[in-house]
Amino acid sequence: MTAPLLSVRDLRVTFPISRAGDMPWTPPRLLHAVNGVSFDLPHGETLGIVGESGCGKSSLARGLIRMVPSSGKVLWNGDTDLLGLSPRAMLKVRAQIQMVFQDPLASLNPRMTLGQIIGEPLRTHRPDFSAKNRRQAVAAMMERVGLLPQMINRYPHEFSGGQCQRIGIARALVIKPRLLICDEPVSALDVSIQAQVIDLLKDLQREMGLTMIFIAHDLSVVKTISDRVMVLYLGRMMEMAPKHALYADPQHPYTQALLSAVPIPDPVAERAKRVIPVEGDLPSPLAPPSGCVFRTRCPRAAPACAKEIPQAGDEAHRVACLFPGPVRAAERA
Amino acid sequence: MALLDIDDLSVTFYTDDGPVHAVSDLDLSIDKGETLGIVGESGSGKSQTAFAIMGLLAGNGRTRGAVRFDGQDILGAAPKVINRLRARRIAMIFQDPMTSLNPYMRISDQMAEVLTLHEGLSKRDAVARSVEMLDAVRIPSARERISLYPHEFSGGMRQRVMIAMALLCKPDLLIADEPTTALDVTVQAQIMDLLGDLQRDLGMATILITHDLGVVAGFCDRVVVMYGGRVMEQGPVDPLFARPAHPYTRGLLGAVPRVDDADARMVAIPGNPPDMAAPPEGCPFRPRCGFAGDDCRTMPPLVAFGENRARACQRAVERVTA
Repeated sequence: MTAPLLSVRDLRVTFPISRAGDMPWTPPRLLHAVNGVSFDLPHGETLGIVGESGCGKSSLARGLIRMVPSSGKVLWNGDTDLLGLSPRAMLKVRAQIQMVFQDPLASLNPRMTLGQIIGEPLRTHRPDFSAKNRRQAVAAMMERVGLLPQMINRYPHEFSGGQCQRIGIARALVIKPRLLICDEPVSALDVSIQAQVIDLLKDLQREMGLTMIFIAHDLSVVKTISDRVMVLYLGRMMEMAPKHALYADPQHPYTQALLSAVPIPDPVAERAKRVIPVEGDLPSPLAPPSGCVFRTRCPRAAPACAKEIPQAGDEAHRVACLFPGPVRAAERA
Repeated sequence: MALLDIDDLSVTFYTDDGPVHAVSDLDLSIDKGETLGIVGESGSGKSQTAFAIMGLLAGNGRTRGAVRFDGQDILGAAPKVINRLRARRIAMIFQDPMTSLNPYMRISDQMAEVLTLHEGLSKRDAVARSVEMLDAVRIPSARERISLYPHEFSGGMRQRVMIAMALLCKPDLLIADEPTTALDVTVQAQIMDLLGDLQRDLGMATILITHDLGVVAGFCDRVVVMYGGRVMEQGPVDPLFARPAHPYTRGLLGAVPRVDDADARMVAIPGNPPDMAAPPEGCPFRPRCGFAGDDCRTMPPLVAFGENRARACQRAVERVTA
């Protein structure tokens, strides 16, 4: 059996927060954006990461590739621990990991032409490429993502949001990475354009044999593109399962509530749907609840939930809950 | 008589690059107590329609046509008349509650101001009424929290404050412009549930402006689909979602993945939305439409069909719904 492309153990991303008025010697408070997440990502698979704002999904992705300081273990190809590499060795691996960001315009340098933007990763990671080779690679990539050759000398502001996202995808894929991390790549786009970009990503993944991490808050979009899905809440993994199992048969009360809240564009189904309410507000990540972080809003919370942090096992359908199981009748509003 | 009657409304912005026709020849009416959804993508003119009704257009915006509220034309009315209507009879809530609340004022002062200004209440009575209203939007311990500042509330709670503020004078019409777009999905469910309850209790008409077809499906009686500043199709939600009769409505519904569909399939609409500074000739959807022909170079009128439905398309209904 081949090792998974990524094998993540106990990943943590912690930010020190100091308050206004703190003395220089006051120890900063710690915000645990990602708090002990473990998972494997096999070659060629797409992992969807969902959760609401502040759940740590972006910090998780950034922590994996050291865009933010993180601790734990991130095994690349079963042997290299990314978090222990020297900067020089990390740069080598980074050529194989690329990212697509949420805001299509803000993630492109406004002073660079489209050709320079898409060629930039080649300059950094493929110094052996001649200018001519680079131009050819850029032109081929542009054509592949649906950008016209005459656009090569134009600037980002001349493009629509959907086209800018195509530029971002071309930039990420021009050096043929093995892992593509997409952080909310379609959230800023209109509905009719979202589907175009998702289709493009799916096609490219198949053609290039990419492994993908796809982060989004929209559960329907994640469902259409992912093989497996992970649900995060306050920096911890609640549930992770193959797509069909997670959506058809969620076991964690948070996943169940989250799925029930998604509006369905069908009046008959939407009226018949019963939402499982999540009461109250998200607790402060600076002072998360003891034990299970979801227990303060959970319909199944029991005294035991405050004492013990539930751990997900390593079976195919992983649930971090002391009382997993299908939705109970009393939990529906 | 309809509560709000929009007759042939056009909104044009005069910019350095020439005029931009944000809304063209819009006809729309809403009855007392009705919930109407206006659906469209960015640049479809849905928000500018609301701003025109409220008299909130940017300085370079000009309107043509008529907007009658309870029989009275409000497009050309004096500011004094419009100010009396706003808040007392028509209220609006916006997408981003943080930028629509004054960060320097306590919630109590912002809310009480509405009542002292519009209903002549004393400050004390106004605050008491505001607390009742915060209770009604289910803000826990409202009496204590009313003296907080907006930044001390979460996004969902802020939107509740906005709703409470809009409903203080028990308006006949509430315009909600993307009220849940900035919120998480579980909070969105809470807010839409709250809006539905309040709408029924107060019997107010509501216009819900959104890009989210799912939210419209759960909340509205009737829906208007806009594209490129024009109405493409309108009608009661059930038949419109079940049998969309305009190629754009059909495309839009196909492009949204459904969480209850096994594979959450989606079919993209090719092409890009129109540049409203240089819109295509005739039907704005023509360059992206699979049914388009040369006759689409003239804009078809909105024609009624079926039960209370209407659409603007040259192709036969049967061809589009097939």
